Amino acid sequence: MNQEELKNTVFQLLKNIAPETEPSQLMPDESIREALNIDSYDALQFIVALCEKLDIDIPEEDYGKTRSLKSLLEYLSSKVG
Amino acid sequence: MKGPNFSDYEALYKGYDWQKEKSNLSGLPGGKGLNIAYEAVDRHADGDLKNTTALRFIRKSGEHVDYTYAGLKAETGKFANVLKKLKVKEGDRVFSLLGRVPPLYIASLGSLKYKAVFCPLFSVFGPEPVFQRLSKGDVRILITTTDAYEKKVKGLLGRLPSLQYVLLTDTDRDLDEFALSYPKLMEEASEEFSIPTTDPEDPALLHFTSGTTGMPKGALHVHQAVVIHYSTGKYVLDFKKGDIFWCTADPGWVTGTSYGIISPLVNGVTSIVDEEEFDGMRWYSILEKEKVNIWYTAPTAIRRLMRMTIVPKESFDLSHLRLVLSVGEPLHAGAVIWGEKAFGVPVLDNWWQTETGGIMISNYRSMKVKPGSMGRPLPGVHAAIADIGENHFKVLDQPGKEGHLVLKKGIPSLFREYIHQEERYQKSFHGDWYITGDLARIDSDGYFWFVGRADDIIKTSGHMVGPFEVESTLMKHPAVAEAAVIGKPEPSIGELVKAFVVLKEGYQAEKDLERELIGFARKTMGPAVAPKELSFIDSLPKTKSGKILRRLLKARELGLPEGDLSTLEKN
Repeated sequence: MNQEELKNTVFQLLKNIAPETEPSQLMPDESIREALNIDSYDALQFIVALCEKLDIDIPEEDYGKTRSLKSLLEYLSSKVG
Repeated sequence: MKGPNFSDYEALYKGYDWQKEKSNLSGLPGGKGLNIAYEAVDRHADGDLKNTTALRFIRKSGEHVDYTYAGLKAETGKFANVLKKLKVKEGDRVFSLLGRVPPLYIASLGSLKYKAVFCPLFSVFGPEPVFQRLSKGDVRILITTTDAYEKKVKGLLGRLPSLQYVLLTDTDRDLDEFALSYPKLMEEASEEFSIPTTDPEDPALLHFTSGTTGMPKGALHVHQAVVIHYSTGKYVLDFKKGDIFWCTADPGWVTGTSYGIISPLVNGVTSIVDEEEFDGMRWYSILEKEKVNIWYTAPTAIRRLMRMTIVPKESFDLSHLRLVLSVGEPLHAGAVIWGEKAFGVPVLDNWWQTETGGIMISNYRSMKVKPGSMGRPLPGVHAAIADIGENHFKVLDQPGKEGHLVLKKGIPSLFREYIHQEERYQKSFHGDWYITGDLARIDSDGYFWFVGRADDIIKTSGHMVGPFEVESTLMKHPAVAEAAVIGKPEPSIGELVKAFVVLKEGYQAEKDLERELIGFARKTMGPAVAPKELSFIDSLPKTKSGKILRRLLKARELGLPEGDLSTLEKN
């Protein structure tokens, strides 16, 4: 999966959680949770959905690395390979 | 490890007296009464603790901002003078809509000094819950950020006639004559402020909580509540001189005010405030770096930490941790036992609610823990189980019997009114007993065990959500004819808000519409209140008198027996 596809997957899953938002307008460094008004339960659902969709494992220990779009994509790239 | 503040629960409970406890507080100089902010700040600032850190804020970046007791006295004095300049009257309500940032803490204590009533709102609320609370609470002053003002408050102004000024924390310039710069007002204000005579029964804090029927209720607390803030700090949180304490709750909920602001300060310890939301690794590193001694958190967070593969006490130096406590919903036995292994100390559960203003039933360091139990009543608190029906009220003496958890009046921090709802307030009492709305039982050793709610209120992530409030919002969408909302059990947050919607003619039950309705609710109410799940349904089960049978919807959703259906209206 290339970077663009990865990004689109992230946007689609975020849109499922917060349908009233436009995830594609996220700035690279802003906090995804704050920008999209996502609470801790929503954030967990998003990560679980990402794991299922990309067939990867994201341990709870690494959740801090998924704070912004930039750090999330970097992290996912390293996982998806 | 330092020993607990008391060793014999039975002896302490038996000989306990509120008046004696009250004498451990200072009281306003010159016999001018009892004021929470004086007990929390000024008496320490004028004594040995003046250079001790009162509050340590950890910004999102990890940077620290510290306030000593003397510094906090100066800042809260300035805020009281700001209120004076704005001609706020005693008893007027000052609201905040802020994250865990210094102005929230300064405004709360400054308002208490001035004898205004302070009401903190959860910053994640959307415009509708914000409006309901500001309106019902007769807001006079609101302190918030420019962003929250623009997005959530500006559109409400026409409906908030009592609102006189909005103070903006993040701008150096006034927007107009109504929306003023908080930093500018603070810069111009004097630090010197003499707290006026405060009757212990003068109103101090307003906290909103949800009801099954109707919109949120505003529970009003008085300055005398500080006796409980002090005593629970001593007996439950086990505060000792020099302690570092961290309460992870947001002041938008009562725990974050009573224990995130007031109790640690009244007891003269150092309180940690983290501006960031939950992040397991960050939290462990805060416990380690800040050498936290006492940690007060919630089952939702503990369950998240339990998902991590690390053994905390092996990966982090948690040797300073003496006590871990939890509140918000019952802590399951498995979590208590996990805590013991993870931290080397058991996680002590306790029980209380918005109306009680402070911890009422608890486990204590010096008392044997029965995992899964909420513990035993705080010294001075008389709790019991009662059988309550249409026309009867009977306290049950027999152990093991399930019934309504009730508390005897006379507790200093028990709410004094639901503002503008006297009838609702009166309905919460039977004679001398306050009916909590929770069901519980007592075992033969006097330990209390939570059974469930006696009503339809949803407990999600430790917060109460009233189904009516959510249903009313959904009904504002043009596609919705009727809506019913239940709490659906969910392992990580207790219950999630689930909505059932009957569509108006001409609308199709499609995925796109489901998402649109969830989005609509999120935008209007915010993620803490909006439904996480939504299903379409042809009709709602109702009683013959037209009341929605949420209990039946829940039973059907969970595949449980439907129970007594004699009142069900046949469609």
